[in-house]
Amino acid sequence: MANAAEGPAAKGGFRVWLNKRLPVDEFVQNQLVGYYAPKNFNVWYFFGSLALVVFVIQIVTGIFLTMNYKPGALTAFDSVEYIMREVEWGWLIRYMHSTGASMFFIVVYLHMYRALMYGSYKAPRELLWLIGMFTYLALMAEAFFGYVLPWGNMSFWGAQVIVNLFGTIPGIGPGLVEWIRGDYGIADATLNRFFALHVIALPLALALLIVLHLVALRQNGSNNPDGVEIKSKLGANGKPLDGIPFHPYYTLKDLVGIGVFLIGFAIVVFFVPTFGGLFLEKPNFEPANALSTPEHIAPVWYFTPYYAILRAVPDQRLGALLMGLAVLAFLFLPWLDRSPVKSTRYRGWIWKLALAVFTVSFLALMYLGLMPAEGLYVTLARIFTTAYFAFFVLMPFYTRIDPVKAVPERVTYHA
Amino acid sequence: MRKLAIIVTALALAAPATFAAGGEGAAPWKQWHAGNELGDRASLQRGVRNFMNYCAGCHSLKYVRYQRIGNDLGISDDVMKANLVPPGAKITDYVLTAMPEGLANASFGIVPPDLSLITRSKGTDYVYRFLKTFYADPAAATGTNNLALAGTAMPHVLSDLQGVQHAVFGKDGKFEQFEAGVSGQYTPAQYDAFVRDTVNFLEYAGEPAKLSRATIGVWVVLYLLLFTAIAWLLKQEYWKDVH
Repeated sequence: MANAAEGPAAKGGFRVWLNKRLPVDEFVQNQLVGYYAPKNFNVWYFFGSLALVVFVIQIVTGIFLTMNYKPGALTAFDSVEYIMREVEWGWLIRYMHSTGASMFFIVVYLHMYRALMYGSYKAPRELLWLIGMFTYLALMAEAFFGYVLPWGNMSFWGAQVIVNLFGTIPGIGPGLVEWIRGDYGIADATLNRFFALHVIALPLALALLIVLHLVALRQNGSNNPDGVEIKSKLGANGKPLDGIPFHPYYTLKDLVGIGVFLIGFAIVVFFVPTFGGLFLEKPNFEPANALSTPEHIAPVWYFTPYYAILRAVPDQRLGALLMGLAVLAFLFLPWLDRSPVKSTRYRGWIWKLALAVFTVSFLALMYLGLMPAEGLYVTLARIFTTAYFAFFVLMPFYTRIDPVKAVPERVTYHA
Repeated sequence: MRKLAIIVTALALAAPATFAAGGEGAAPWKQWHAGNELGDRASLQRGVRNFMNYCAGCHSLKYVRYQRIGNDLGISDDVMKANLVPPGAKITDYVLTAMPEGLANASFGIVPPDLSLITRSKGTDYVYRFLKTFYADPAAATGTNNLALAGTAMPHVLSDLQGVQHAVFGKDGKFEQFEAGVSGQYTPAQYDAFVRDTVNFLEYAGEPAKLSRATIGVWVVLYLLLFTAIAWLLKQEYWKDVH
């Protein structure tokens, strides 16, 4: 008996040998087979695993791009065209990466919206939400740095606009901008440091944050469309009555979600990789040129809601401040929301109206950020900016008076 | 509720506003479409011939190699060497122009841009409109001007083919219509086809992979459909247990 682990391998010997040294079976048991998730997940629950899939796509395609991309003001643009034309399957790798960037935000925005609809940020999942928000912030930085790397004219001027925002900080602003750029303008030094941040610093931070996000998720388990804590109703085996093992049930269900997602992903990559100038902008097919400003500078679509807020404010410093607050406002959701009920299903009309106003505002600002800042567009951007912030600022009040319904004891599920 | 109504109304108003902004009674040439067909190999072959004969003297395609063009468009190396690769250049070379930058600057006051990505940065319609809207303008150094790119330094190098048309402007300085001027070797229909072929080739040069990516994409999507169908069946089988 004492020899079992040391002697010549019996049947299943390697597995015993391995597990004595690395807890593989224990990990699978704890994290997949023995991890119970609510059985009533709907389509909104695909986007977490999809975000992980996109992350992997970005890392893998990014590794291959890095093999041929040459950071540097004189080499970057040419090397991207070299990848598109002369590297075997280079165009595919590049389009997967550029499409992946936009897909990452689509998936993450839907993932966040899910949390908003079902109150997933509420106790006891405040930290889970915060870690997710930090992941989102890291993703925004990652996407911005990545957008600069092809060194097209929009890369250059986009970087100019975003970096200059830090110049509006009183006192340290101008010095800070110079420190970020490493030069008196967006230049070779800027491109090189953005490359370092894009391929090492932020992917590492993202990987760490994603692991923390998953650990925090497992601490309390997933929320669900009913906002019911499944751990409060345990069966005879000590497992939640409304829970099912993550593996094989959700691994297989997510596999279907991944399949559907990849079909959409492939359609963009192979048939409409620039997505009408939304995923890859036309001016970015011209090399960076400090002497020629693109007709109108707009960031990629996933930043445009915030860009619209920036431009809606006449004062640049205040605009930059509001823009920052618009992003950071999400961090405070767990404490702004005073409703006793998690899921929108059992909340009242006031919350539903507020959520609808916020949804329309976010989408409208996204559209307005793509348009030139003139005339009616600015007026509309101001209206929607006000509505956007009203959703957050007034939340402690309207969630308290919202006429909520009774939450059921168990989740609703129709097989 | 009133707030919501205002928002909805505002949104409804925003849509027509975009049209109004671009309106100003756009002249018909702004609505011309290149209408080129990347799948038309003969058109692409005529396009590369046009490019090498009329454009390559001043404009480069610095990301494209002669041999790649031949391979992609079904032109053999021998035919490429005999007809399209200029003397002194190897078939593996990039399509560079023979004109030194100094001479270009002296002649035009500007170095003619590389055209590798012109259809990607400006669009095929833009190039098509540019090549078709040269008109006689005695005030211009080159004797011609252009509607798509006012004040262009580029002379109308295709005037032998198209002839030189006149542009009629209204009292407010807005373009109204073209009038026939000196005629060229080509009928308007022939010139139109010439420009379309050339634009077609430039679209290819902007993204050589475009010739094959949609074909590959069809197979990828078919595979993913099959994969997803099987994954769904497997999921259904397991989920039978969940009540």
